[in-house]
Amino acid sequence: MDIVLDGIVKAFELLAGFDPEVIGITLLSLRVSGTATLISLLIGISVGTAVALSEFPGKKFVVSVINTGMALPPVVVGLFVTIFLWRSGPLGFLDILYTPTAMILAQAIIATPIVTGISLAAMQQLPKKLRLQILALGATPVQMVWILIREARLPLLAAVMAGFGGVISEVGASIMVGGNIKGYSRVLTTATVMETSKGNFDIAIALSVILLLFAYVINLILTQIQQKERPR
Amino acid sequence: MRTRPPIVAVEGLQVVKGRNLILDVPFLEIEQGEIFSLIGPNGAGKTTLLQALSFLSKPSRGKVCFGGKPIGNGFPVLEYRRKLSMVFQEPLLFNTTVFENVASGLKIRGVNRAQIRNVVSRQLERFGVAHLEQRSARTLSGGEAQRTSLARAFAVHPEILFLDEPFASLDPPARESLIQDLEGVLRETQTTAVLATHDRMEALRLSDRIAVMERGKIAQIGPPAEVMNHPADEFIASFVGTETILTGSAVGGNAGTFTTSVSGRLIEAAGGALPGEQVILCIRPENVTLSANPVPEPSSARNVFSATVERIIPAGFFHKVRLDCGFPLVAYVTNHALEDLRLEPGKNVFASFKATAIHVIRKKPLSS
Repeated sequence: MDIVLDGIVKAFELLAGFDPEVIGITLLSLRVSGTATLISLLIGISVGTAVALSEFPGKKFVVSVINTGMALPPVVVGLFVTIFLWRSGPLGFLDILYTPTAMILAQAIIATPIVTGISLAAMQQLPKKLRLQILALGATPVQMVWILIREARLPLLAAVMAGFGGVISEVGASIMVGGNIKGYSRVLTTATVMETSKGNFDIAIALSVILLLFAYVINLILTQIQQKERPR
Repeated sequence: MRTRPPIVAVEGLQVVKGRNLILDVPFLEIEQGEIFSLIGPNGAGKTTLLQALSFLSKPSRGKVCFGGKPIGNGFPVLEYRRKLSMVFQEPLLFNTTVFENVASGLKIRGVNRAQIRNVVSRQLERFGVAHLEQRSARTLSGGEAQRTSLARAFAVHPEILFLDEPFASLDPPARESLIQDLEGVLRETQTTAVLATHDRMEALRLSDRIAVMERGKIAQIGPPAEVMNHPADEFIASFVGTETILTGSAVGGNAGTFTTSVSGRLIEAAGGALPGEQVILCIRPENVTLSANPVPEPSSARNVFSATVERIIPAGFFHKVRLDCGFPLVAYVTNHALEDLRLEPGKNVFASFKATAIHVIRKKPLSS
């Protein structure tokens, strides 16, 4: 048990002392995952809303593809992003493999289906007649979409949280396309993996505590959202 | 005899869903300032017509004109939608405060904040929800929510208001007070309104004109009293509450009345029909009187039949009595009369109704 207790004590020392390396890793994690989430929101909310509000043949198929994408394994994403960015790969000329940019790209690919799927569900959950009501109030198509998005803001917030939660805790793709380079592309998850394999449990625990803290905050917000209900 | 120009006119309106023609209205005019009701059973096409009239869903064929101009072709759809308001059965409020909900139509139109404040306060006042102004729409009761929805509809000063079963999910007290308030506001503001309802009493009390819909078509159109007392066919008769609808053949007549044989019994009705002609006799239950003895009447044009009580159905302040006179007959009886006559199933009584209380539908041969 000593190993655990020692680890926890040292972990809090690192956190309380604002260890520069831990801080740096945390900030990079937030920057990479935050940017990736932002990109996924732009794409996901647009695509989710468009699919939810339109009727076209094959819509069910598109929805099933999006829902499958929500469970996209990060290592698979990591593999394909690596292949594409490989020097001789189709996007090799970009020369971004083993950079935070590549990590943002991979994480955005992981988060986008998640955000799209939840946005789609959120928009479909709104009563169908609400669209007619908004049109009857004199809205232009753009105003209508904007009002609908505002009406679905709580479940859309859930999409944000789920997307962010998915990528901040993801390790496979980050390590594959980022390379876990110290001070450059090392994030919370990749650092935890490495420190654990080196037997540096104290640092690994400190990093895990930060990850857990993120998980807690995300779930707290989600729970708050779930407690609210729609008006009649 | 038209005194008011039509605000909305419809020509050859059809809505096709899949392969079915679900709405077919060759001609319809809504007059400026009138309250017009669409009644009919579920699935008769009331909502479809309302949505086509409001252009919320584009009709498959035909045109809808506003002030003489065809919508979507000479009159922009958006401009038309900004002249109307729509209230649904569900309040469909936005997830914000009551104030913001009522303000939503004005915000969409880009009205400035000060003016919005003014108009919204007035509408909240008018529909008795001013005290709920800052409440979240989520927390409202059914009646309060529907009042907010109506206030939102009136806030944009619509030239025409469409109402789709607006009272259907309210409990009786909330419904009654809202109908009263809405009627007041409609009359005061002279707003043209088109109301779809399956409740004939609602339509009878609010409307200037009623259209009865059946299977996507308008079966009859006219003032409430006319539709009520002179239904055009059996379906309409039963829908407006005529309990007794009898088919028989005319056997002869004299001086404004004629006799019809129904299951071997002779019934005298006001009007005329050719001997041998098939006719339908509609007798409203409130026009049938029950008595213990065959009371001699001064008027000869009165039908009196010996009848056996079959069933007594309580209906609140009165009872609905099903009788067998050789033909089925339904009468409404007050609770007091029920006790007086000691009515019970199997009892024999006399049922009478005036010749003038019978509405006669002459079946046109070979028409459907």
